[in-house]
Amino acid sequence: MEEKIVYFDNAATTRIHDNVIDEMIDIYKNEYGNPSSVYDFGNRVKTIIERSRKSLADNLGVDAKEIFFTSGATEADNWAILGAARKLKSKGKHIITSTIEHHAVLHAAEQLEKEGFEVTYVPVRADGILNFEEFKKALRDDTILISIMAVNNEIGTIQPIKEIVEYVKGKGILVHTDAVQLIGKMKVDIKDLGVDMLSLSGHKIHGPKGIGALYIRKGVQIENLIFGGGQEKKKRPGTENVAGIVALAKALEITLENVDEKEARILELREYYIDKVLEIIPYVRLNGCRQNRIPGNANFSFNFIEGESMLLALDMYGICASSGSACTSGSLDPSHVLLGIGLPHEIAHGSLRVSISEYNTKEEIDYLLEVLPGIIEKLRNMSPLYEDFLNNKGV
Amino acid sequence: MYSKKVMDYFMNPRNMGEIKDASGVGTVGNAKCGDIMRMYLKVNEKGIIEEVKFKTFGCGAAIATSSMATELVVGKTVEEALKVTNKAVAEALDGLPANKVHCSLLAEEAINAALWDYAEKNNIKIDGLKPPKDDIHEDELEEE
Repeated sequence: MEEKIVYFDNAATTRIHDNVIDEMIDIYKNEYGNPSSVYDFGNRVKTIIERSRKSLADNLGVDAKEIFFTSGATEADNWAILGAARKLKSKGKHIITSTIEHHAVLHAAEQLEKEGFEVTYVPVRADGILNFEEFKKALRDDTILISIMAVNNEIGTIQPIKEIVEYVKGKGILVHTDAVQLIGKMKVDIKDLGVDMLSLSGHKIHGPKGIGALYIRKGVQIENLIFGGGQEKKKRPGTENVAGIVALAKALEITLENVDEKEARILELREYYIDKVLEIIPYVRLNGCRQNRIPGNANFSFNFIEGESMLLALDMYGICASSGSACTSGSLDPSHVLLGIGLPHEIAHGSLRVSISEYNTKEEIDYLLEVLPGIIEKLRNMSPLYEDFLNNKGV
Repeated sequence: MYSKKVMDYFMNPRNMGEIKDASGVGTVGNAKCGDIMRMYLKVNEKGIIEEVKFKTFGCGAAIATSSMATELVVGKTVEEALKVTNKAVAEALDGLPANKVHCSLLAEEAINAALWDYAEKNNIKIDGLKPPKDDIHEDELEEE
Protein backbone atom coordinates (compact mmCIF):
# COMPACT_ATOMS: atom_id res chain seq x y z
CA MET A 1 0.00 0.00 0.00
CA GLU A 2 2.68 2.46 1.01
CA GLU A 3 6.11 2.93 -0.42
CA LYS A 4 7.94 3.86 2.72
CA ILE A 5 10.13 1.26 4.38
CA VAL A 6 10.42 1.28 8.14
CA TYR A 7 13.19 -1.15 8.91
CA PHE A 8 13.04 -2.83 12.31
CA ASP A 9 14.86 -6.06 11.47
CA ASN A 10 18.40 -5.01 12.34
CA ALA A 11 19.18 -8.25 14.15
CA ALA A 12 18.66 -10.02 10.80
CA THR A 13 20.75 -7.65 8.74
CA THR A 14 21.53 -3.96 8.59
CA ARG A 15 21.70 -1.07 6.18
CA ILE A 16 25.27 -0.56 4.93
CA HIS A 17 26.87 2.73 5.93
CA ASP A 18 27.25 4.98 2.86
CA ASN A 19 30.97 5.45 3.47
CA VAL A 20 31.41 1.69 3.54
CA ILE A 21 29.76 1.37 0.13
CA ASP A 22 32.02 4.13 -1.23
CA GLU A 23 35.11 2.26 -0.07
CA MET A 24 33.86 -0.99 -1.56
CA ILE A 25 33.20 0.62 -4.93
CA ASP A 26 36.68 2.10 -4.90
CA ILE A 27 38.18 -1.35 -4.27
CA TYR A 28 36.09 -3.05 -6.92
CA LYS A 29 36.92 -0.37 -9.49
CA ASN A 30 40.54 0.32 -8.77
CA GLU A 31 42.04 -2.50 -6.74
CA TYR A 32 40.99 -5.67 -8.45
CA GLY A 33 44.46 -7.18 -8.53
CA ASN A 34 45.02 -10.55 -6.90
CA PRO A 35 46.72 -10.00 -3.53
CA SER A 36 48.83 -13.13 -4.02
CA SER A 37 50.49 -11.87 -7.23
CA VAL A 38 54.02 -10.61 -7.63
CA TYR A 39 53.40 -7.37 -9.54
CA ASP A 40 52.65 -4.26 -7.58
CA PHE A 41 49.08 -3.81 -8.87
CA GLY A 42 48.15 -7.03 -7.11
CA ASN A 43 50.62 -7.00 -4.31
CA ARG A 44 49.58 -3.56 -3.10
CA VAL A 45 46.12 -5.03 -2.40
CA LYS A 46 47.78 -7.20 0.22
CA THR A 47 48.77 -4.00 2.00
CA ILE A 48 45.15 -2.86 1.87
CA ILE A 49 44.01 -6.15 3.41
CA GLU A 50 46.60 -5.96 6.17
CA ARG A 51 45.68 -2.37 6.93
CA SER A 52 42.06 -3.47 7.36
CA ARG A 53 43.06 -6.44 9.48
CA LYS A 54 45.02 -4.10 11.73
CA SER A 55 42.14 -1.66 12.03
CA LEU A 56 39.69 -4.44 12.89
CA ALA A 57 42.10 -5.96 15.41
CA ASP A 58 42.77 -2.57 17.03
CA ASN A 59 39.05 -1.98 17.43
CA LEU A 60 38.73 -5.35 19.17
CA GLY A 61 41.81 -5.06 21.35
CA VAL A 62 43.67 -7.96 19.76
CA ASP A 63 46.67 -8.58 17.54
CA ALA A 64 46.16 -8.47 13.76
CA LYS A 65 47.70 -11.93 13.53
CA GLU A 66 44.77 -13.29 15.50
CA ILE A 67 42.13 -12.21 12.94
CA PHE A 68 41.12 -14.54 10.10
CA PHE A 69 38.62 -13.43 7.49
CA THR A 70 35.79 -15.77 6.55
CA SER A 71 32.70 -15.68 4.35
CA GLY A 72 30.62 -14.73 7.37
CA ALA A 73 29.81 -15.77 10.90
CA THR A 74 28.27 -19.09 9.89
CA GLU A 75 31.61 -20.17 8.48
CA ALA A 76 33.45 -18.71 11.47
CA ASP A 77 31.21 -20.63 13.90
CA ASN A 78 31.54 -23.85 11.91
CA TRP A 79 35.28 -23.46 11.66
CA ALA A 80 35.77 -22.70 15.36
CA ILE A 81 33.62 -25.59 16.55
CA LEU A 82 34.46 -28.29 14.02
CA GLY A 83 38.11 -27.22 13.75
CA ALA A 84 38.72 -27.12 17.50
CA ALA A 85 36.87 -30.36 18.27
CA ARG A 86 38.64 -32.31 15.53
CA LYS A 87 42.00 -30.94 16.63
CA LEU A 88 41.43 -31.88 20.28
CA LYS A 89 39.66 -35.21 19.87
CA SER A 90 42.53 -37.17 21.34
CA LYS A 91 42.21 -35.07 24.50
CA GLY A 92 38.48 -35.51 24.96
CA LYS A 93 35.22 -35.74 23.08
CA HIS A 94 32.85 -33.60 25.12
CA ILE A 95 31.52 -30.21 24.06
CA ILE A 96 29.26 -27.76 25.86
CA THR A 97 26.93 -25.29 24.20
CA SER A 98 23.49 -23.87 25.03
CA THR A 99 19.93 -24.55 23.90
CA ILE A 100 19.51 -21.04 22.46
CA GLU A 101 22.50 -20.85 20.12
CA HIS A 102 22.24 -19.83 16.49
CA HIS A 103 21.83 -22.74 14.07
CA ALA A 104 25.36 -22.12 12.81
CA VAL A 105 26.49 -23.39 16.21
CA LEU A 106 23.74 -25.93 16.95
CA HIS A 107 23.97 -27.70 13.61
CA ALA A 108 27.78 -27.75 13.79
CA ALA A 109 27.45 -29.38 17.22
CA GLU A 110 25.01 -31.92 15.76
CA GLN A 111 27.56 -32.72 13.07
CA LEU A 112 30.12 -33.39 15.80
CA GLU A 113 27.68 -35.78 17.48
CA LYS A 114 27.61 -37.72 14.21
CA GLU A 115 31.40 -37.82 14.35
CA GLY A 116 31.32 -39.41 17.79
CA PHE A 117 31.53 -36.36 20.05
CA GLU A 118 29.16 -35.84 22.96
CA VAL A 119 27.43 -32.49 23.28
CA THR A 120 25.70 -31.05 26.34
CA TYR A 121 23.12 -28.37 25.53
CA VAL A 122 22.90 -26.25 28.68
CA PRO A 123 19.44 -24.75 29.25
CA VAL A 124 18.74 -21.09 29.88
CA ARG A 125 16.65 -19.57 32.64
CA ALA A 126 13.18 -18.18 31.94
CA ASP A 127 14.77 -14.76 31.48
CA GLY A 128 16.88 -16.05 28.59
CA ILE A 129 20.22 -16.08 30.38
CA LEU A 130 22.38 -19.17 30.69
CA ASN A 131 21.65 -21.30 33.72
CA PHE A 132 25.09 -21.09 35.26
CA GLU A 133 24.49 -23.87 37.79
CA GLU A 134 23.57 -26.23 34.96
CA PHE A 135 26.59 -25.05 33.05
CA LYS A 136 28.87 -25.92 35.97
CA LYS A 137 27.28 -29.35 36.24
CA ALA A 138 27.84 -29.96 32.53
CA LEU A 139 31.62 -29.65 32.82
CA ARG A 140 33.50 -32.93 32.61
CA ASP A 141 37.10 -34.07 32.65
CA ASP A 142 36.91 -34.75 28.94
CA THR A 143 35.30 -31.40 28.02
CA ILE A 144 37.43 -29.82 25.30
CA LEU A 145 35.30 -26.97 24.00
CA ILE A 146 32.62 -24.55 25.15
CA SER A 147 30.65 -22.47 22.64
CA ILE A 148 28.17 -19.99 24.10
CA MET A 149 26.84 -16.98 22.23
CA ALA A 150 27.64 -13.51 23.61
CA VAL A 151 24.19 -12.11 22.86
CA ASN A 152 21.12 -14.01 21.73
CA ASN A 153 19.85 -12.98 18.32
CA GLU A 154 16.13 -13.37 19.07
CA ILE A 155 15.69 -11.98 22.56
CA GLY A 156 18.89 -9.94 22.87
CA THR A 157 19.91 -11.34 26.24
CA ILE A 158 23.57 -10.92 27.19
CA GLN A 159 25.29 -14.15 28.22
CA PRO A 160 27.91 -14.39 31.00
CA ILE A 161 30.93 -15.07 28.76
CA LYS A 162 33.48 -13.50 31.07
CA GLU A 163 32.19 -15.57 33.99
CA ILE A 164 32.41 -18.73 31.89
CA VAL A 165 36.01 -17.95 30.95
CA GLU A 166 36.86 -17.23 34.59
CA TYR A 167 35.22 -20.40 35.78
CA VAL A 168 37.05 -22.74 33.41
CA LYS A 169 40.41 -21.01 33.64
CA GLY A 170 43.28 -23.47 33.92
CA LYS A 171 41.12 -26.43 32.91
CA GLY A 172 42.51 -26.47 29.38
CA ILE A 173 39.09 -26.04 27.77
CA LEU A 174 38.74 -23.78 24.73
CA VAL A 175 36.01 -21.16 24.90
CA HIS A 176 34.39 -19.90 21.71
CA THR A 177 31.70 -17.25 21.48
CA ASP A 178 29.44 -16.27 18.61
CA ALA A 179 29.57 -12.51 19.14
CA VAL A 180 27.63 -11.53 16.03
CA GLN A 181 24.98 -9.66 18.02
CA LEU A 182 27.43 -8.08 20.47
CA ILE A 183 30.12 -6.62 18.23
CA GLY A 184 29.24 -3.09 17.16
CA LYS A 185 26.79 -2.63 20.02
CA MET A 186 29.49 -1.59 22.46
CA LYS A 187 33.25 -1.36 22.62
CA VAL A 188 34.43 -4.94 23.06
CA ASP A 189 37.93 -5.81 24.22
CA ILE A 190 38.35 -9.48 23.33
CA LYS A 191 41.40 -9.81 25.57
CA ASP A 192 39.33 -8.57 28.47
CA LEU A 193 36.51 -10.96 27.56
CA GLY A 194 39.13 -13.68 27.63
CA VAL A 195 37.73 -16.09 25.04
CA ASP A 196 39.93 -18.27 22.81
CA MET A 197 37.82 -17.80 19.70
CA LEU A 198 35.18 -15.29 18.66
CA SER A 199 32.99 -15.06 15.55
CA LEU A 200 31.74 -11.84 14.04
CA SER A 201 29.85 -10.78 10.94
CA GLY A 202 29.94 -7.78 8.61
CA HIS A 203 26.30 -7.40 7.70
CA LYS A 204 25.10 -7.08 11.30
CA ILE A 205 27.24 -3.98 11.84
CA HIS A 206 26.23 -1.95 8.77
CA GLY A 207 28.72 -3.74 6.53
CA PRO A 208 28.08 -6.06 3.57
CA LYS A 209 26.95 -9.68 3.53
CA GLY A 210 29.49 -12.37 2.71
CA ILE A 211 32.24 -11.26 5.07
CA GLY A 212 33.00 -12.15 8.65
CA ALA A 213 35.94 -13.05 10.80
CA LEU A 214 37.11 -15.53 13.35
CA TYR A 215 39.41 -14.38 16.12
CA ILE A 216 41.73 -17.18 17.16
CA ARG A 217 43.87 -16.41 20.19
CA LYS A 218 47.59 -16.72 19.56
CA GLY A 219 48.73 -20.22 20.42
CA VAL A 220 45.35 -21.87 19.82
CA GLN A 221 45.51 -24.51 17.11
CA ILE A 222 42.44 -25.65 15.21
CA GLU A 223 42.04 -27.75 12.08
CA ASN A 224 41.19 -26.16 8.75
CA LEU A 225 37.62 -26.34 7.58
CA ILE A 226 38.32 -25.83 3.87
CA PHE A 227 41.34 -26.65 1.77
CA GLY A 228 43.05 -24.77 -1.02
CA GLY A 229 45.64 -22.05 -1.46
CA GLY A 230 47.86 -20.38 1.10
CA GLN A 231 45.72 -17.37 2.00
CA GLU A 232 45.14 -16.33 5.62
CA LYS A 233 48.37 -17.96 6.74
CA LYS A 234 47.30 -21.23 5.13
CA LYS A 235 44.39 -21.46 7.54
CA ARG A 236 41.57 -20.21 5.37
CA PRO A 237 42.16 -20.61 1.64
CA GLY A 238 40.43 -18.75 -1.19
CA THR A 239 41.26 -15.48 -2.93
CA GLU A 240 40.46 -12.77 -0.43
CA ASN A 241 37.14 -10.91 -0.53
CA VAL A 242 39.08 -7.65 -0.58
CA ALA A 243 36.15 -5.25 -0.80
CA GLY A 244 34.40 -7.22 1.94
CA ILE A 245 37.45 -7.14 4.20
CA VAL A 246 37.90 -3.40 3.74
CA ALA A 247 34.18 -2.90 4.29
CA LEU A 248 34.11 -5.02 7.45
CA ALA A 249 36.91 -3.03 9.06
CA LYS A 250 35.37 0.27 7.96
CA ALA A 251 31.90 -0.73 9.14
CA LEU A 252 33.19 -1.59 12.60
CA GLU A 253 35.17 1.64 12.75
CA ILE A 254 32.13 3.76 11.84
CA THR A 255 29.74 1.77 14.01
CA LEU A 256 32.00 2.18 17.04
CA GLU A 257 32.28 5.97 16.62
CA ASN A 258 30.34 7.44 19.57
CA VAL A 259 28.89 3.98 20.09
CA ASP A 260 27.85 4.65 23.69
CA GLU A 261 25.85 7.72 22.70
CA LYS A 262 24.25 5.92 19.77
CA GLU A 263 23.32 2.91 21.87
CA ALA A 264 21.95 5.15 24.63
CA ARG A 265 19.62 6.71 22.08
CA ILE A 266 18.65 3.25 20.76
CA LEU A 267 17.95 2.12 24.32
CA GLU A 268 15.73 5.13 24.84
CA LEU A 269 13.72 4.22 21.71
CA ARG A 270 13.46 0.61 22.81
CA GLU A 271 12.32 1.43 26.32
CA TYR A 272 9.77 3.84 24.91
CA TYR A 273 8.46 1.12 22.59
CA ILE A 274 8.32 -1.50 25.37
CA ASP A 275 6.58 0.86 27.80
CA LYS A 276 4.01 1.87 25.20
CA VAL A 277 3.24 -1.69 24.11
CA LEU A 278 2.77 -2.80 27.71
CA GLU A 279 0.54 0.19 28.26
CA ILE A 280 -1.71 0.01 25.21
CA ILE A 281 -1.90 -3.70 24.27
CA PRO A 282 -3.31 -6.29 26.68
CA TYR A 283 -2.18 -9.92 26.95
CA VAL A 284 1.44 -9.39 25.93
CA ARG A 285 4.65 -10.77 27.31
CA LEU A 286 8.15 -9.36 26.93
CA ASN A 287 10.44 -12.26 26.10
CA GLY A 288 13.87 -12.22 27.73
CA CYS A 289 15.29 -10.18 30.57
CA ARG A 290 14.49 -6.49 30.12
CA GLN A 291 17.66 -5.17 31.76
CA ASN A 292 20.34 -7.61 30.74
CA ARG A 293 19.83 -7.32 26.98
CA ILE A 294 21.35 -5.30 24.18
CA PRO A 295 19.68 -1.92 23.64
CA GLY A 296 18.22 -2.57 20.18
CA ASN A 297 16.13 -5.65 20.92
CA ALA A 298 12.47 -5.89 21.90
CA ASN A 299 10.74 -9.25 21.62
CA PHE A 300 7.09 -9.55 22.57
CA SER A 301 4.60 -12.39 22.43
CA PHE A 302 1.06 -11.31 21.66
CA ASN A 303 -1.35 -13.94 22.95
CA PHE A 304 -3.95 -15.59 20.70
CA ILE A 305 -2.34 -14.66 17.38
CA GLU A 306 0.35 -16.05 15.11
CA GLY A 307 3.53 -14.26 14.12
CA GLU A 308 3.59 -14.61 10.37
CA SER A 309 0.19 -12.98 10.02
CA MET A 310 1.46 -10.08 12.13
CA LEU A 311 4.51 -9.69 9.87
CA LEU A 312 2.37 -9.75 6.72
CA ALA A 313 0.04 -7.12 8.11
CA LEU A 314 2.97 -4.92 9.20
CA ASP A 315 4.48 -5.35 5.74
CA MET A 316 1.35 -3.75 4.29
CA TYR A 317 2.42 -0.62 6.15
CA GLY A 318 6.03 -0.95 5.00
CA ILE A 319 7.23 -2.15 8.40
CA CYS A 320 9.88 -4.89 8.45
CA ALA A 321 10.19 -7.05 11.58
CA SER A 322 10.53 -10.72 12.38
CA SER A 323 8.92 -13.51 14.37
CA GLY A 324 9.78 -16.83 15.93
CA SER A 325 6.64 -18.53 14.63
CA ALA A 326 6.91 -21.89 12.90
CA CYS A 327 5.69 -20.36 9.66
CA THR A 328 8.71 -18.10 9.54
CA SER A 329 11.18 -20.72 10.72
CA GLY A 330 10.24 -23.10 7.93
CA SER A 331 9.48 -25.93 10.34
CA LEU A 332 6.47 -27.03 12.36
CA ASP A 333 7.98 -25.89 15.60
CA PRO A 334 8.34 -22.28 16.63
CA SER A 335 11.73 -20.81 17.56
CA HIS A 336 13.96 -23.04 19.70
CA VAL A 337 14.98 -19.92 21.62
CA LEU A 338 11.43 -19.12 22.70
CA LEU A 339 10.76 -22.75 23.55
CA GLY A 340 14.13 -22.69 25.35
CA ILE A 341 12.94 -19.97 27.73
CA GLY A 342 9.90 -22.12 28.49
CA LEU A 343 7.17 -20.54 26.37
CA PRO A 344 4.26 -22.77 25.39
CA HIS A 345 4.01 -23.32 21.63
CA GLU A 346 1.05 -21.04 21.01
CA ILE A 347 2.75 -18.14 22.82
CA ALA A 348 6.01 -18.72 20.96
CA HIS A 349 4.09 -18.67 17.66
CA GLY A 350 2.85 -15.17 18.48
CA SER A 351 6.21 -13.48 18.90
CA LEU A 352 7.33 -10.26 17.27
CA ARG A 353 10.95 -9.13 17.30
CA VAL A 354 11.66 -5.47 16.69
CA SER A 355 15.37 -4.74 16.39
CA ILE A 356 16.45 -1.12 16.31
CA SER A 357 19.58 0.46 14.81
CA GLU A 358 21.12 3.90 14.75
CA TYR A 359 19.15 4.64 11.57
CA ASN A 360 15.78 4.34 13.31
CA THR A 361 13.95 7.37 14.64
CA LYS A 362 11.35 8.10 17.27
CA GLU A 363 8.92 8.93 14.44
CA GLU A 364 9.32 5.39 13.15
CA ILE A 365 8.61 3.92 16.59
CA ASP A 366 5.54 6.13 16.81
CA TYR A 367 4.42 4.92 13.39
CA LEU A 368 4.83 1.31 14.51
CA LEU A 369 2.91 2.05 17.71
CA GLU A 370 0.20 3.66 15.62
CA VAL A 371 -0.44 0.63 13.41
CA LEU A 372 0.43 -2.28 15.72
CA PRO A 373 -2.55 -2.17 18.12
CA GLY A 374 -5.01 -2.24 15.21
CA ILE A 375 -3.25 -5.22 13.63
CA ILE A 376 -3.24 -7.13 16.91
CA GLU A 377 -6.88 -6.35 17.49
CA LYS A 378 -7.91 -7.38 13.99
CA LEU A 379 -6.03 -10.68 14.22
CA ARG A 380 -7.37 -11.38 17.69
CA ASN A 381 -10.91 -10.82 16.50
CA MET A 382 -10.22 -13.47 13.88
CA SER A 383 -8.75 -15.91 16.39
CA PRO A 384 -10.72 -18.85 17.81
CA LEU A 385 -8.24 -18.89 20.72
CA TYR A 386 -9.26 -15.34 21.63
CA GLU A 387 -12.92 -16.23 21.25
CA ASP A 388 -12.48 -19.16 23.65
CA PHE A 389 -10.55 -16.97 26.05
CA LEU A 390 -13.29 -14.34 26.10
CA ASN A 391 -16.01 -16.97 26.51
CA ASN A 392 -14.18 -18.61 29.41
CA LYS A 393 -13.61 -15.24 30.99
CA GLY A 394 -17.31 -14.45 30.73
CA VAL A 395 -18.28 -17.62 32.58
CA MET B 1 5.74 -15.09 -1.48
CA TYR B 2 1.92 -15.09 -1.70
CA SER B 3 -0.36 -14.43 -4.69
CA LYS B 4 -2.27 -11.15 -4.82
CA LYS B 5 -5.43 -13.10 -4.11
CA VAL B 6 -4.03 -14.67 -0.94
CA MET B 7 -2.98 -11.23 0.27
CA ASP B 8 -6.41 -9.82 -0.56
CA TYR B 9 -8.19 -12.59 1.38
CA PHE B 10 -5.73 -12.18 4.24
CA MET B 11 -6.12 -8.42 4.48
CA ASN B 12 -9.86 -8.37 3.73
CA PRO B 13 -11.14 -11.73 4.86
CA ARG B 14 -14.66 -12.61 3.67
CA ASN B 15 -17.08 -14.23 6.13
CA MET B 16 -14.93 -13.73 9.20
CA GLY B 17 -16.83 -14.04 12.45
CA GLU B 18 -19.18 -16.33 14.35
CA ILE B 19 -22.73 -17.60 13.87
CA LYS B 20 -24.44 -17.66 17.24
CA ASP B 21 -27.13 -20.20 16.31
CA ALA B 22 -25.00 -22.22 13.90
CA SER B 23 -26.27 -25.57 12.59
CA GLY B 24 -22.74 -26.94 12.79
CA VAL B 25 -19.39 -25.82 14.18
CA GLY B 26 -16.05 -27.52 13.52
CA THR B 27 -12.62 -26.72 14.91
CA VAL B 28 -9.46 -28.32 13.51
CA GLY B 29 -5.71 -27.92 13.82
CA ASN B 30 -3.70 -27.37 16.96
CA ALA B 31 -1.95 -24.56 18.70
CA LYS B 32 1.32 -26.42 18.78
CA CYS B 33 1.62 -26.22 15.00
CA GLY B 34 0.33 -22.67 15.00
CA ASP B 35 -2.89 -23.28 13.03
CA ILE B 36 -6.43 -23.51 14.36
CA MET B 37 -9.48 -23.09 12.14
CA ARG B 38 -13.09 -22.90 13.25
CA MET B 39 -15.99 -23.02 10.79
CA TYR B 40 -19.61 -22.13 11.51
CA LEU B 41 -22.34 -23.30 9.14
CA LYS B 42 -25.99 -22.37 8.92
CA VAL B 43 -27.94 -24.95 6.94
CA ASN B 44 -31.55 -24.28 5.99
CA GLU B 45 -34.40 -26.79 5.91
CA LYS B 46 -33.65 -27.59 2.25
CA GLY B 47 -30.17 -28.73 3.21
CA ILE B 48 -28.51 -25.71 1.64
CA ILE B 49 -25.69 -23.94 3.43
CA GLU B 50 -26.93 -20.39 3.56
CA GLU B 51 -24.30 -18.85 5.79
CA VAL B 52 -20.69 -19.69 6.64
CA LYS B 53 -18.30 -17.93 9.00
CA PHE B 54 -14.79 -18.69 10.12
CA LYS B 55 -12.24 -17.85 12.77
CA THR B 56 -8.59 -18.72 12.36
CA PHE B 57 -5.46 -18.59 14.45
CA GLY B 58 -2.59 -18.93 12.03
CA CYS B 59 -0.45 -17.52 9.27
CA GLY B 60 -1.59 -15.48 6.28
CA ALA B 61 -2.25 -18.58 4.20
CA ALA B 62 -4.31 -20.16 6.98
CA ILE B 63 -6.51 -17.08 7.19
CA ALA B 64 -6.86 -16.74 3.41
CA THR B 65 -7.66 -20.43 2.83
CA SER B 66 -10.31 -20.52 5.54
CA SER B 67 -11.91 -17.40 4.14
CA MET B 68 -11.84 -18.80 0.59
CA ALA B 69 -13.29 -22.09 1.82
CA THR B 70 -16.29 -20.27 3.26
CA GLU B 71 -16.95 -18.68 -0.11
CA LEU B 72 -16.68 -22.01 -1.91
CA VAL B 73 -19.27 -23.74 0.26
CA VAL B 74 -21.85 -21.02 0.78
CA GLY B 75 -25.00 -21.60 -1.27
CA LYS B 76 -24.14 -25.26 -1.80
CA THR B 77 -25.93 -28.33 -0.52
CA VAL B 78 -24.29 -30.28 2.24
CA GLU B 79 -23.31 -33.01 -0.25
CA GLU B 80 -21.81 -30.47 -2.66
CA ALA B 81 -19.89 -28.80 0.15
CA LEU B 82 -18.33 -32.10 1.06
CA LYS B 83 -16.82 -32.25 -2.41
CA VAL B 84 -14.90 -28.97 -2.02
CA THR B 85 -11.29 -30.10 -1.90
CA ASN B 86 -8.17 -28.43 -0.62
CA LYS B 87 -7.02 -28.27 -4.21
CA ALA B 88 -10.07 -26.22 -5.18
CA VAL B 89 -9.37 -23.83 -2.28
CA ALA B 90 -5.74 -23.42 -3.31
CA GLU B 91 -6.65 -22.93 -6.98
CA ALA B 92 -9.26 -20.31 -6.13
CA LEU B 93 -6.47 -18.39 -4.39
CA ASP B 94 -4.23 -18.60 -7.48
CA GLY B 95 -2.02 -21.14 -5.75
CA LEU B 96 -0.16 -21.44 -2.47
CA PRO B 97 3.56 -21.78 -1.72
CA ALA B 98 4.53 -25.46 -1.37
CA ASN B 99 5.05 -25.19 2.40
CA LYS B 100 1.53 -23.76 2.82
CA VAL B 101 -0.46 -26.49 1.13
CA HIS B 102 -1.26 -27.94 4.55
CA CYS B 103 -3.28 -24.78 5.27
CA SER B 104 -5.67 -25.63 2.45
CA LEU B 105 -5.94 -29.19 3.78
CA LEU B 106 -6.86 -27.77 7.14
CA ALA B 107 -9.56 -25.63 5.50
CA GLU B 108 -11.03 -28.76 3.89
CA GLU B 109 -10.93 -30.53 7.25
CA ALA B 110 -12.61 -27.56 8.94
CA ILE B 111 -15.56 -27.70 6.54
CA ASN B 112 -15.76 -31.44 7.06
CA ALA B 113 -15.71 -31.02 10.84
CA ALA B 114 -18.50 -28.44 10.74
CA LEU B 115 -20.60 -30.70 8.50
CA TRP B 116 -19.99 -33.60 10.86
CA ASP B 117 -21.21 -31.51 13.78
CA TYR B 118 -24.32 -30.55 11.78
CA ALA B 119 -25.02 -34.20 10.91
CA GLU B 120 -24.53 -35.32 14.51
CA LYS B 121 -26.82 -32.62 15.90
CA ASN B 122 -29.55 -33.42 13.41
CA ASN B 123 -29.03 -37.13 13.50
CA ILE B 124 -28.64 -37.42 9.74
CA LYS B 125 -26.26 -39.48 7.69
CA ILE B 126 -24.29 -37.84 4.89
CA ASP B 127 -22.57 -40.09 2.39
CA GLY B 128 -18.81 -39.73 2.41
CA LEU B 129 -18.69 -37.74 5.65
CA LYS B 130 -16.02 -38.92 8.05
CA PRO B 131 -15.57 -38.00 11.71
CA PRO B 132 -13.07 -35.17 12.12
CA LYS B 133 -9.66 -35.73 13.62
CA ASP B 134 -9.76 -34.12 17.03
CA ASP B 135 -6.19 -33.10 17.40
CA ILE B 136 -6.74 -29.66 18.84
CA HIS B 137 -5.61 -30.54 22.29
CA GLU B 138 -3.27 -33.31 21.43
CA ASP B 139 0.22 -32.90 22.72
CA GLU B 140 1.97 -34.99 20.13
CA LEU B 141 2.46 -33.90 16.57
CA GLU B 142 1.09 -36.17 13.93
CA GLU B 143 3.07 -34.60 11.15
CA GLU B 144 6.75 -35.13 10.39
